[in-house]
Amino acid sequence: MKLPLSWLRDYVDVDLPPAEFAARVTDAIAEVEGWEVIGEHWDPELVRVAEVLAVDPHPNADRLVLATVNVGEGPRTVVCGAPNVAAGQKVAFATEGAMLVDGHTGKRSKLKLRAIRGVDSAGMVLSEKELGLSDDHEGILVLPGDCAIGASLVDAIGDVVFDVSTWANRADLLGILGFAREVAAVTGQPLREPDLGYAESGRPASDFVSVTIEAPDLCRRFTAGIVEGVEVGPSPPWMQQRLARAGMRPINNVVDVTNYVMLETGQPLHAFDYELVRGAEIRPRRARPGERLTTLDEVERDLDPEMLMICDGEGPVAVAGIMGGGNSEVSESTSTVLLEVANFHPGSIRRTSTQLRLRSEASLRFEKGIGPDLAPYAQARALHLLEQVAGGRPAAGLVDVFPTPLPSPRITLTAARIEQVLGIAIDPAEVRRILTALGFEVTGDDAAYEVTPPYWRPDVALPDDVVEELIRVHGYERLPTTVLRGALPAAQPRPLERVRERVRSLAAGLGFQEVISYTLTSDDILGRVVAADDQDRARPIAVANPVASQHTFLRTSLRGSLLTAYAGNRHHEDAAMRLFEVGVEYLPTEADLPHERPVVCAVLGGQRLERWERPGPERLDFFDAKGAVEAILDDLGVEGSFEPGEEYALLSGHTAAVSVGDEAVGVVAQVHPEVAAAFDIEEPVFLLELWFEPLTRAIPERPDYAPPSRYPEARRDLALLVPAATPASALLEVIRTHRARGVRISADVFDEYRGEGVPAGRKSLALALRFRAEDRTLGERDVVRLEQGLLRRLEQDLGATLRA
Amino acid sequence: MSTIEAEVDALRAEALEALAHADGEAEREAWRADWLGRRDGRLTLRLRALKDAPPEQRAALGQSLNQLKATLEGELEARREAARAGEIAALSADAALDVTLPGRPQSSGRLHPVTQTMHDCIDAFAEMGFRVFEGPEVEWARYNFDAVRIPEDHPARDMWDTIWIDTLFDGERQMLLRTHTSPNQIRVMEQTDPPVRVIVPGKCYRQEATDATHEWMLTQIEGLAVDEGVRMSDLKGTLYAFARRLFGEDRRIIFHHSYFPFVEPGVEMAIDCFLCRADGSDCRTCHGTGWIEILGAGMVHPEIIENAGYDSSKYTGFAFGVGIERVAMLRWGIEDIRHFYQNDLRFLRQF
Repeated sequence: MKLPLSWLRDYVDVDLPPAEFAARVTDAIAEVEGWEVIGEHWDPELVRVAEVLAVDPHPNADRLVLATVNVGEGPRTVVCGAPNVAAGQKVAFATEGAMLVDGHTGKRSKLKLRAIRGVDSAGMVLSEKELGLSDDHEGILVLPGDCAIGASLVDAIGDVVFDVSTWANRADLLGILGFAREVAAVTGQPLREPDLGYAESGRPASDFVSVTIEAPDLCRRFTAGIVEGVEVGPSPPWMQQRLARAGMRPINNVVDVTNYVMLETGQPLHAFDYELVRGAEIRPRRARPGERLTTLDEVERDLDPEMLMICDGEGPVAVAGIMGGGNSEVSESTSTVLLEVANFHPGSIRRTSTQLRLRSEASLRFEKGIGPDLAPYAQARALHLLEQVAGGRPAAGLVDVFPTPLPSPRITLTAARIEQVLGIAIDPAEVRRILTALGFEVTGDDAAYEVTPPYWRPDVALPDDVVEELIRVHGYERLPTTVLRGALPAAQPRPLERVRERVRSLAAGLGFQEVISYTLTSDDILGRVVAADDQDRARPIAVANPVASQHTFLRTSLRGSLLTAYAGNRHHEDAAMRLFEVGVEYLPTEADLPHERPVVCAVLGGQRLERWERPGPERLDFFDAKGAVEAILDDLGVEGSFEPGEEYALLSGHTAAVSVGDEAVGVVAQVHPEVAAAFDIEEPVFLLELWFEPLTRAIPERPDYAPPSRYPEARRDLALLVPAATPASALLEVIRTHRARGVRISADVFDEYRGEGVPAGRKSLALALRFRAEDRTLGERDVVRLEQGLLRRLEQDLGATLRA
Repeated sequence: MSTIEAEVDALRAEALEALAHADGEAEREAWRADWLGRRDGRLTLRLRALKDAPPEQRAALGQSLNQLKATLEGELEARREAARAGEIAALSADAALDVTLPGRPQSSGRLHPVTQTMHDCIDAFAEMGFRVFEGPEVEWARYNFDAVRIPEDHPARDMWDTIWIDTLFDGERQMLLRTHTSPNQIRVMEQTDPPVRVIVPGKCYRQEATDATHEWMLTQIEGLAVDEGVRMSDLKGTLYAFARRLFGEDRRIIFHHSYFPFVEPGVEMAIDCFLCRADGSDCRTCHGTGWIEILGAGMVHPEIIENAGYDSSKYTGFAFGVGIERVAMLRWGIEDIRHFYQNDLRFLRQF
């Protein structure tokens, strides 16, 4: 909202400089987003108010005139080209040296006077553009008539216009009077209310029009005033100037009064041409099927039966609380005005304006909730102004239909509650001062105040609402900083989150860079990594209003995001990349929120860096990915088993399903080259994924523990020939389960070899065996015997033979 | 000079002469074997032959030969010591490294700046006894809005532009991407009895155009403390500790009046600008006001306390919501929020 300081000062004195005023307002009332100083560059000596005494033709130019002006120092002649200059006007007048905006170039420069077409000019009568007020350079700026001749222009019309953002529940702050009341409470200044007086004449308003509210749930109150004998024309300069500074375009005096009073009080009003109201009756009612109305913006509106219409004897004349109809608009020929000031259901106004996609200054106020008693106040103020600026004669009384007035809520606020909520007590005198200044009625004693909020504050309903009024005006800076007391809540174990955060740190420690991707993706990206027949993942959840079409579907896999990130970075990274992301797969469920399945996914590939930090000949491969999985599982205290796997988008023969105990916990694989190519990745790229739910289940509460043995292990390396299709894991499994009384045998694979010296169809696996007894040091003969027993078992089970 | 002395002197001279020419450890070892070798070193043999010497000479000869042996062993050790010292000196001098050459590359990864900032925020609140709770990103409208006092047809809904799930339930859209973490105030209180002291981190979503300070996917931390005797001054103290932990021990904070439907009173918290320190300059971060808005907060609305089944006359609470990206941008001077989710390594590797 635009808040001109000059207007605010009608109701409350403000002496603070703009920055300080803005800070005080932001602390206690509403957020000041900025301000504009009007007249910042006007020199008080050189730019002043003048009166135009006479306008005569220029002897040498048809389009120019000679204006005789008085700046308080006798008549002076200036050459002027403005079409609107006229005797009797108050105008802005600059003499040599004033800083002005050049009307043609738009640049700020010092005024230098020179003869124009042979006539000397004593100064310059200024346009809005030359004053830096607007881009208007069509004519001169005409000042309000009460500006004193010779006064500095900056004193006469200089201003500061604040840009204020107010709250969704405070319609009253969208009125400058409401704002002034807050400022008065904060600064301790008195509030001056505007003049509501006017002279009634002629027949009572109820002789002109009858009002029947047919939808009392949507129209809570309707007042109608009548003004006869108006002369529609431009409103006076002071009113136009205020409207413009508050951001509204002046239209004519009648419409300007309704806008002026709305800006002043926060209560929207609407003026009808009385002659165009058919049947001399007003019926607020729901729209009927098929009804349509062309609103003032010349758009024909389809209405639906939940929308509240203001109707006359024949049909709709306005969309209630939002915009009037063209069929009853005030025009030059209007002489009697029917002034509507009503109160509508806020939700209904909002629903209708949303449906019609029509937001107006009126609807923005109504939807926030306005007290019904503001209507007669705004009526009186508008009738006063119509009498002043449109020459109208208000009819006696109002038509006021108010089916169910609500009693003002009475709130009991105890001093104890204030202290309970805030942690500090507020002095009773200060409590009463603040609330009274804000318009609240306060009775009761100092232990329990009985508070009645004013009618313009329907947002205040509970004791804590009143507490907020007190502390914001009292000042949040007076609130001390204390620490929470009391018992700490019981800890809820969150094992999954612990594992997840541990894995996140591990992945970074293992050289993977964490990325975070948008969780909304496209069906194209998902389709590249998810099989069409995947029950869980092939039907992702769509959003109705994506910010962009490539962000339409909630991802059911992180793989597409990571491959996209990999490909994107490949443009500027020439060495190996390792990326990971921790996130959830959004898996649809039947009629409930989706299952948000937590996973970590990583991709890696490219040339390993050599000594000199350049990409070397060696590429990351499957076993780098697997090594990362092993390192993670090892850190978590579990051992994974890896079995050949088959999965969509992963390369067959280069894919391992990862499990821990009975739980399938993830996958490690080379991404299928064609899938990689679909992401514009032209090199082997590898992927690993771990699923936190089964992984967390698979982790024992405590790791297995055995004390270190006191006896040394015996080590033997040997190479075995096995059928080429036998996986190393089969060999290790046999060794792990081999029973040799009291001796533990463990083994690692340290080489795989096929080729010369190894028969076709077989491969050589090199094993490092370790033998350890719990109760003695094993001798050479023990080891030979154990090894022979193991070899027999391996030959029996797997056809393994010792390589010669 | 006796013949014994002459013989020993000759042996000594010959041995030391040979040692003087034994450069390198292999030669020295050969020399040792030649002279002192246990089996057939010349001096060893000579000592062994002592028993054949005439008895009257045996003692003197033995003494001289043993002295010679000690001398040779000492000389050998001295020669070896000198050689080692020479080698080390050469290592330091001739083989000195150019230590300015790059180190051997290691693969290194980092956590995303949003994760790092999140961890720092969580740590700050965890120190004050707050525990982490998590809730769903896809949420029911009744939790995201209605339960936190933002009914349909209320203009407060404009404060959160919503991305809706395109699925109808009873003919209506009821599911959405949560616009804030505040629905978890309700979820936490539904599941637990007071005292409550939790923080809820997570992603949130807004249907809005992106620019340097607006992103449609964002990360928040919600905080909630409900108990007997929780005061607004405790909120101020808690946020004060948080601000100092993240932005420096000399930070100051202020509360501005604000409005969120789920708190009463409601405030925004600002910290004093640690970049310009309110020096009156045209600071890009605080716009010359000296204060930077960090988060929204307030006392939990009594209706929300009641709806959770708690007695609002007995229990009070506070809640706050912090935008993690905003905190991260301030900490590192990041100028554009859109960097965070582009996953450009040139950006991510800097944190």
